[in-house]
Amino acid sequence: MLKVENLHVYYGAIHAIKGVNFEVAQGEIVTLIGSNGAGKSTILKTISNLLKKTEGNIMFLDQNLETYEPHKLVEMGISHVPEGRRVFPGLTVLENLQMGAYTRKDKTEIAEDLEMVFRRFPRLKERISQSAGTLSGGEQQMLAMGRALMSRPKILLLDEPSMGLAPLLVDEIFSIITDINQTGTTILLVEQNANRALHVSHKGYVLETGKIIASGDSKDLLNDEKVKEAYLSA
Amino acid sequence: MDIDLLIRQLINSLNTGSIYALVAIGYTMVYGIIRLINFAHGEIMMFGAYFAFVIATSLPVELPFFLIVIISMGLAALMGIFSEKIAYKKLRTAPRISALITAIGMSLFLQNFAQLLFGATPKVMPRFITAAPIMIGNTAVSMVTVYTIFMSIIIMVLLTLFVKKTKAGKAMRAVSQDKDAALLMGININRIISLTFAIGSALGALGGIFYSVAYSQVYPTLGVMPGLKAFIAAVFGGIGNIGGAVLGGYTIGFIETMTKGYISSKWADAIVFSVLILVLLFKPSGILGKNVKEKV
Repeated sequence: MLKVENLHVYYGAIHAIKGVNFEVAQGEIVTLIGSNGAGKSTILKTISNLLKKTEGNIMFLDQNLETYEPHKLVEMGISHVPEGRRVFPGLTVLENLQMGAYTRKDKTEIAEDLEMVFRRFPRLKERISQSAGTLSGGEQQMLAMGRALMSRPKILLLDEPSMGLAPLLVDEIFSIITDINQTGTTILLVEQNANRALHVSHKGYVLETGKIIASGDSKDLLNDEKVKEAYLSA
Repeated sequence: MDIDLLIRQLINSLNTGSIYALVAIGYTMVYGIIRLINFAHGEIMMFGAYFAFVIATSLPVELPFFLIVIISMGLAALMGIFSEKIAYKKLRTAPRISALITAIGMSLFLQNFAQLLFGATPKVMPRFITAAPIMIGNTAVSMVTVYTIFMSIIIMVLLTLFVKKTKAGKAMRAVSQDKDAALLMGININRIISLTFAIGSALGALGGIFYSVAYSQVYPTLGVMPGLKAFIAAVFGGIGNIGGAVLGGYTIGFIETMTKGYISSKWADAIVFSVLILVLLFKPSGILGKNVKEKV
């Protein structure tokens, strides 16, 4: 479904991504793990065309994303929940969700999806007319995910969804991720919390300073000595 | 105390305030969306007045005032869109000072361009609205003033509804709050920025038309002083905030008119400019402006 080939990205003079290859098949949860600064977010931003690559190909459903303007990607079925949630703080919860459905015109289906999001995140319904800036971190994460789902994505790119959340909320977020996947949405998950990410995902790639150093089925990665030592010891 | 004079001054301040508010909205909307003080906005206002003047005086047919206003606003909107595409778009990621200097350059260019097109001598603006004045107590209020106040208020209400209720209005607020996140929603940022310039410029043109009709004159530097005062109004209310621009417009209009009426017309500008200094000293974010705290 999504195929990244020989990706190179520079931040000015810094070579941040050095020839990364990976693939996400339909229906899977694939995770990119690695420490801070390994280049995980950079890869997601490059897929979303927020950053320009210098080399390589990003193919989605056999189409080269290079030729599309960033705002067209949502219509193609790619939805990106950015690092730090990035909800619109001055818009209400409802307005944030409506912005998620910005590219759609099918009013009745949008209303259905809104109900679906509220079923999945009941807390958002309680806060429907509150401005998003007043929500707690966990609620903002739920809003960011709900907002992304409002575009009916084929693939969901999640950037550090558990960052800065209390352990109980982390459990909730990961169970929601599994749940979203089971209803048919493919997920590319970027996480620092390697242990949790490998437990929910089917496949994993380990990223270190812009290169993939290990990859495979998540079950196998969980038992890999090198991965264990570097990322799962805590 | 002379009640009639007070009524007269209050109506004048509403009149001036409406014009400042209309123009201030343009400053504040553009600032909200691309963090640029568009110093060429006063010149768009001036061109709006010239458009109305040219349509009214050089067409063989006499068009109704409303139509002249709408066409002029439309032309000014196009001018705003083009000025952004030509001058500011390339500078979106540049340091803000570069864009600011470019805006000053655009302002000077448009002033001189107007001088080239229309000549430096002031032209007499047609009166347009010739209906008899209405009486409030012993005070005669010209229909121009009545139109200015009511049309401004109607336009401002419509704008508020547009920004609050429509999809495009919500997208506008989304873009002003977080451009990258807006892009991830599939919002076409360029189109929203153009829309913002179009609306701001159209309202500025409306202000320019009312201003030039009130003073019966149109000239290439017409936009400079009211543009500056509208800018102060926008800062006063909290730049980036539409309600603040309206509040600021009427406040600055009030202060200016009252100073002219009760202190001295020579002092009016000095006092208005001191308001800017005081606001920047004591509440730099403006009366309604707030610093949004970000959660990590």
